[in-house]
Amino acid sequence: MLKIENLTKRFGGLIALNNVNLNIEKGEIRGLIGPNGSGKTTLFNCITGFHHPETGRIIFEGEDITGLPPHKIAIKGIARTFQIVKAFHKMTVYESILTGALLRAKDIKEAREITLEIMEFTGLIKRRDTLAGNLTTIDRKKLGLASAIATKPKLLLLDELVAGLTPGEINEIIKLIRDIRENGVTMIIVEHVMKFIMEIADKITVLHRGEIIGEGKPEEIAGNPKVIEAYLGEKYA
Amino acid sequence: MKKEYKMKKGDEMKWIKKIGKPGIYLPLTLIALTTIIPIILPPFLLHVAIMILLYSYLGTAWNILGGYTGQFAWGHSAFFGIGAYTSTTLYIYHKISPWIGMLIGSLFAAGYGALCGAFTFRFGLKGHYFVIATIALSEIIRIIFINWAEMGRAWGILLPVVPDSWIDFQFHTTKLPYYYIALTMLLTIIIIEIKIINSKLGYYLTAIRDDEELSESLGINTFKYKMIAMIISAALTSFGGTFYAQYVLYISPETVMPVGLSTEILMGPIIGGLGTIMGPIIGAIIVQPIHEFTRAYITTYTGIAGLDYVVAGTLMLTVALLQPKGVIQYINKILYSKTIITSSSKGE
Repeated sequence: MLKIENLTKRFGGLIALNNVNLNIEKGEIRGLIGPNGSGKTTLFNCITGFHHPETGRIIFEGEDITGLPPHKIAIKGIARTFQIVKAFHKMTVYESILTGALLRAKDIKEAREITLEIMEFTGLIKRRDTLAGNLTTIDRKKLGLASAIATKPKLLLLDELVAGLTPGEINEIIKLIRDIRENGVTMIIVEHVMKFIMEIADKITVLHRGEIIGEGKPEEIAGNPKVIEAYLGEKYA
Repeated sequence: MKKEYKMKKGDEMKWIKKIGKPGIYLPLTLIALTTIIPIILPPFLLHVAIMILLYSYLGTAWNILGGYTGQFAWGHSAFFGIGAYTSTTLYIYHKISPWIGMLIGSLFAAGYGALCGAFTFRFGLKGHYFVIATIALSEIIRIIFINWAEMGRAWGILLPVVPDSWIDFQFHTTKLPYYYIALTMLLTIIIIEIKIINSKLGYYLTAIRDDEELSESLGINTFKYKMIAMIISAALTSFGGTFYAQYVLYISPETVMPVGLSTEILMGPIIGGLGTIMGPIIGAIIVQPIHEFTRAYITTYTGIAGLDYVVAGTLMLTVALLQPKGVIQYINKILYSKTIITSSSKGE
């Protein structure tokens, strides 16, 4: 579904991504882990058009989307959430999700129906008229997710969705993500919370200093010496 | 649960929410009062009322770009001036009725708006840089007109005075027709505004105001929608320029294109409340009487030119300090029910 070939991204003299190759199958949940500064968010930004890579190609459903502006990539069917949570602060929860839903709805009436569905699905219906700027962390993260799925994406990129949440809240998100997958959405998830990523991902890719140093099933990754040295530490060995 | 929320129809009623709980009765009463009251007003007060309507109109036109879309343009005098000059010169040189000139002027203003948008949005100008760029772009137009012979250079143009006529857009025996034209313009622009904020365009514009990157990630072409806001705002502002030209019957670059005029246009929405329907109107009701009275009395008696601007500036500072979200925030607190207060005042 998503194929990344020889992707390189530099910021001045710093190589953020070095010759990255990645292949995501339709329907899978891919975990993307690695130390801070290893290029996870940069990779997301390249895929969604916020950064333009120096070399390499990004192919989504057989189509080269390298260098397209972010809104065109969203139209192709890739949605994302942001590591530093973004929200339409002066818009209500309802309006924020509606804004996402307007992308594919044929009219505003249909968008309203989609919005109500998604609000019930994510449990945000209780916060319908709350301004996004006044939400708690968990609700704000949920809102980011809700607006993203309102665009009816085929591929969803989640950037540190559960960082800073309590174990109970994490379980809530796990349930949500499984439900989203049921609807046929492929996902790439960047996360530091190992319990979460080990539980939810089909396969994990490990980035270190802009290069992929390991890829495989969660249990394989947990036993990979290179990954343990670079990122996990002894605990998961 | 679902049914209950559907019944609320929250967003269709959004505009009512924004002007307060009394809902539909308040605007209807206001419309009735504004239609009848001018008949008994003495000429000077009628003039003040016309200025309130004109600046409510201009503030609303600016609000589409500056308030809802969050693009703080400070050069709307250019669009105002283009409207004034187009209808005036078409009338003088080609005997075209100002009503038609008004429409042609709005096309020119929209064109210049597109040019301004292309210059600023294409290069991603934001915040202060966008403000400076829009001031510069409006100054360019003013300086061109100061040096343009056919446009009367810096002396400007006096419109030929003709007997009262709707076709020629001139009334001398009474100012009432001007009042009703301005009132119609204001009501029309409010209807346009309500249509916009309840449509896809409106949601996209406020999304862009709140977060451009998030908007892009949701598939919104931010450049395109900012351009649309700029063009609509520019075209609507130019109608106000034609109205002013026909009302005062004299235009010059110093009266229809200065930065001071841009400031006066955006002062209403800022004082009243950005991105709200009533904001620009409340702002104009506060600013214009003070402006007109200080100009007519203080400046005349003291002989100090520009004292009216000092008063207006002080007022702006006061509001910025006491009610940073605009006077509408204060009025809302009085009018609104509890639920709406909590959703709009929690953010402070």
